[in-house]
Amino acid sequence: MSASQNHSSPALERIPVTLTVNGQTRTVEVLPWTVLLDLLRDHLGLTGTKKGCDHGQCGACTVLIDGKRINSCMALAVMKDGASVTTIEGLAKNGELHPLQQAFIDHDAFQCGYCTSGQICSGVALIQEGRARTRNEICEWMSGNICRCGAYTNIVDAIEQVLGSTTEAAR
Amino acid sequence: MNRFSYLRAGSVEEAVKAASADASARFIAGGTNLVDLMKYNVERPTRLIDITRLPLNTIEETESGGLRLGAMTTNDEVAHDARVRSRYPLLASAILAGASPQLRNAATTGGNLLQRTRCYYFYDTATPCNKREPGTGCPATFGRNRIHAILGTSDHCIATHPSDMCVALAALEAVIHVAGPNGERTIPMSEFHRLPGDRPEIDTTLQHGEIITAVELPPADFGSHYTYLKLRDRLSYAFALVSVAAALRMDGSTIAEARLALGGVAHKPWRDPDTEAMLRGHPASAERFATVADFILREAKGFEDNAFKIDLARRGIVRALSQAAAGTPQSQTDKRIR
Repeated sequence: MSASQNHSSPALERIPVTLTVNGQTRTVEVLPWTVLLDLLRDHLGLTGTKKGCDHGQCGACTVLIDGKRINSCMALAVMKDGASVTTIEGLAKNGELHPLQQAFIDHDAFQCGYCTSGQICSGVALIQEGRARTRNEICEWMSGNICRCGAYTNIVDAIEQVLGSTTEAAR
Repeated sequence: MNRFSYLRAGSVEEAVKAASADASARFIAGGTNLVDLMKYNVERPTRLIDITRLPLNTIEETESGGLRLGAMTTNDEVAHDARVRSRYPLLASAILAGASPQLRNAATTGGNLLQRTRCYYFYDTATPCNKREPGTGCPATFGRNRIHAILGTSDHCIATHPSDMCVALAALEAVIHVAGPNGERTIPMSEFHRLPGDRPEIDTTLQHGEIITAVELPPADFGSHYTYLKLRDRLSYAFALVSVAAALRMDGSTIAEARLALGGVAHKPWRDPDTEAMLRGHPASAERFATVADFILREAKGFEDNAFKIDLARRGIVRALSQAAAGTPQSQTDKRIR
């Protein structure tokens, strides 16, 4: 919103929102039009989640809400009160990268890196969903994440690696 | 985005009351379309009523043997519900043909029905648009109109309805359950969306203050012979240029019952019961399908950039009916069209 709007407004209604972010309970007061992406970046300093198109088209802002991947740019923060959010900052455990983070390094699955947190969060959800098995299916179920550098082949390789090891571990 | 006040509705009654009291209030659920339009200043509600906490998030059996999809069920939940997949696979397929996994996790059944057009001029507040600002004109009729309608257009608007889900709902003769200030009512899918005429700013027959509570699927026997064929510029995550929902009940090689609906070609999912009557009692054949395609497109009118859609639709209808008759529905992951 612009500064002039703030000046003309006698009362800006700030609403408390409590979220569990990467396992920690956080309460912040936000304006009603604050989207979850801006809450994470501007209010909590979690800048790993990126703002790409800001219109739900590119997937750079993908986070997990109660275990499900969504575009955080399209979600009003006030509507997510009480939810559990996982961002790229919450994937590593005890100083060890999530297997998909490691696979992205192993397969050189990025160039500029701007889409990468969204790609990885989306890929983590894809693996948990258990719907995609073949390369074709990985491509389809990753279609909500755009990579301008065109690292798609290596991104699919990375996900395939983790899916393969997940499948083997499950046997 | 303009400023707005926020209300989290605790009951359907509260939501209806709050909306009825304020002409510029809007309900919000998944937000995947409304928040987008608000960021572009196309939609400027001064009050948002959050309906996501309402108890409308279940899928239940109906007494007649159909299914009732709560308005707050997500597209993903509906597409992966075991009952939907076995009894209404056409609906599951159409949903999975649209949007992205992230959007399908947020977008709801009710919100999908209320999606607004993706016409470039509707989105661009620097241009006139009769749908956005009534009476200002329609630049699409003489401008870039590759994605626009070929059926049911008016001089005032040639926008299309963008939903895939709704095309399947039209073919399945879904019924929309609504609650409003005057109580509850139902609207047949065929009467829910409207043609633009001289009031293109009105997308549906829903009245202000009315809320969609559920979408009812009547009992159907189209579990084996169906397809949702979506033709678009990209293989994934793109709106349809033309889509075809086809559902048949076969008696041997003879068509016992047929449903056919088109997406991407009109201001609403396009269905013509006369066309379906032309299929009933006939053997499935490419010749018959071509005759039917010509009939449903008999009044199609192309504009400068989109005349190709008429032939695309004709071929798409023949292919979709062939897929349905053969029991080989279009895969939504392997995009090769067979």
